[in-house]
Amino acid sequence: MPRNYIARRIAKEFKDGMYVNLGIGIPTESANYIPEGTQVFLQTENGGLMFGPKPKRGESNPDIANAGAEPITMMAGGAVFDVATSFAMIRGGHVNMTVVGALEVDEGGSIASWKIPGKLLTGMGGAMDLLYGCKRVIVAMTHTDKHGNPKIRKRCTLPLTAAGVVDMIITDKAVFRVAKDGLHLEELAPGVTAAEVERLTEGTIINIIEWEHIEIT
Amino acid sequence: MAVRITIKEAAKKIVNKSSVMIGGFLGAAVPLKMIDEIAAAGIKDLTVISIGAGYRGGGVDIGKLVLNKQIIKYVTSHVGTDPNLIKQIVNGEVELELSPMGTFVERVRAGGAGLGAVVTPVGMGTEVEAMAEKIIVDGKPYLLFKPIRADVAVIKAYRSDPLGNLQYQGMSNTNPIMATAADIVIAEVDEIVGVGEIACEQVGTPGIFVDYIVQGHSFEERKNIYEELWIATNKL
Repeated sequence: MPRNYIARRIAKEFKDGMYVNLGIGIPTESANYIPEGTQVFLQTENGGLMFGPKPKRGESNPDIANAGAEPITMMAGGAVFDVATSFAMIRGGHVNMTVVGALEVDEGGSIASWKIPGKLLTGMGGAMDLLYGCKRVIVAMTHTDKHGNPKIRKRCTLPLTAAGVVDMIITDKAVFRVAKDGLHLEELAPGVTAAEVERLTEGTIINIIEWEHIEIT
Repeated sequence: MAVRITIKEAAKKIVNKSSVMIGGFLGAAVPLKMIDEIAAAGIKDLTVISIGAGYRGGGVDIGKLVLNKQIIKYVTSHVGTDPNLIKQIVNGEVELELSPMGTFVERVRAGGAGLGAVVTPVGMGTEVEAMAEKIIVDGKPYLLFKPIRADVAVIKAYRSDPLGNLQYQGMSNTNPIMATAADIVIAEVDEIVGVGEIACEQVGTPGIFVDYIVQGHSFEERKNIYEELWIATNKL
């Protein structure tokens, strides 16, 4: 598996002129791989548009940080604003795309990412607003949990962050398009077979037969 | 119109059982000196309203109030950054009221703007449905949330003038919204300047909303505090 495969694959979804909000972790890493010649306007929900890399030591601004509380810089042409304005952008449908992590996603495009009853208590933060309001939702995650259990389910078992909103799933094994009729396998990661993806995916892969045919021939 | 007072005098506006809004976002643009004074004064049984919890292990933001066990209720959208607070919530020492971040912000805005409710589609199809009333508008389902107000809002701005006009620099976060939504509004600023030195188009919060001004750390002092914090937490 090439290093940072998921982050590099996310970056292929960036289109010139897009306004994008990236979740903490792998989604944020994908900003390092924005294709040359493609301008992407990064939004951070705590109140910034068109932010850039971390500042050098000694050059940080105490009031310029991302939603993960890390110092950032603002690019020329960027803007800062209050959080009501920020969520008007998000909830109001002005942000073209969001990329988020997840605990589970299901074949109906529902996502669980904020709570494990009795185990994990964090609060939903801005995730529900982002998933509802952004026009395109991409989930980026490992294909299975640390015990090897499928994270792409028929129905999410954990409390939902949003129902029926996911458009695409990018994992370390495969890329799926999530359509009204269910999961469509679009790509396999290098060295991964369709049979392996089918075994590690609980949700039904609508077009798996096409992939099996490709592999036989 | 605002009155300039000391940090100690300002903290006395907050008493046991007060509800207190605290501006900022995960440490950034928070009123550092006021939080320190509320912690030192040991005011108890506070209902704290802020967009998210503080840093792991205290640090800037409301973490100090958590360590001192001064909070009995926390109204927010996120607590995941502070394990001490999570422990107090799980133990039943702190009551938690959650709403999605955008909804939280609009609830505060509604509280300040004299509105009766926030009506939003966010959270439909999730557990959040149980936290609100469901209503139908033009055939579409929405969740109705009540406004949020506080006894005291403690906010952070860059500069103020003697009239209470506030100027922000960087991200103003929740500060301009909370400035509208409490009976008493205390603004901690880096610098207090003369009338007219903040040009009218630079005013982020007009003085009509602000009751008290307190002198916080200077910008340079804050810059050093955050640089140290960010270096210590491997963020810079």
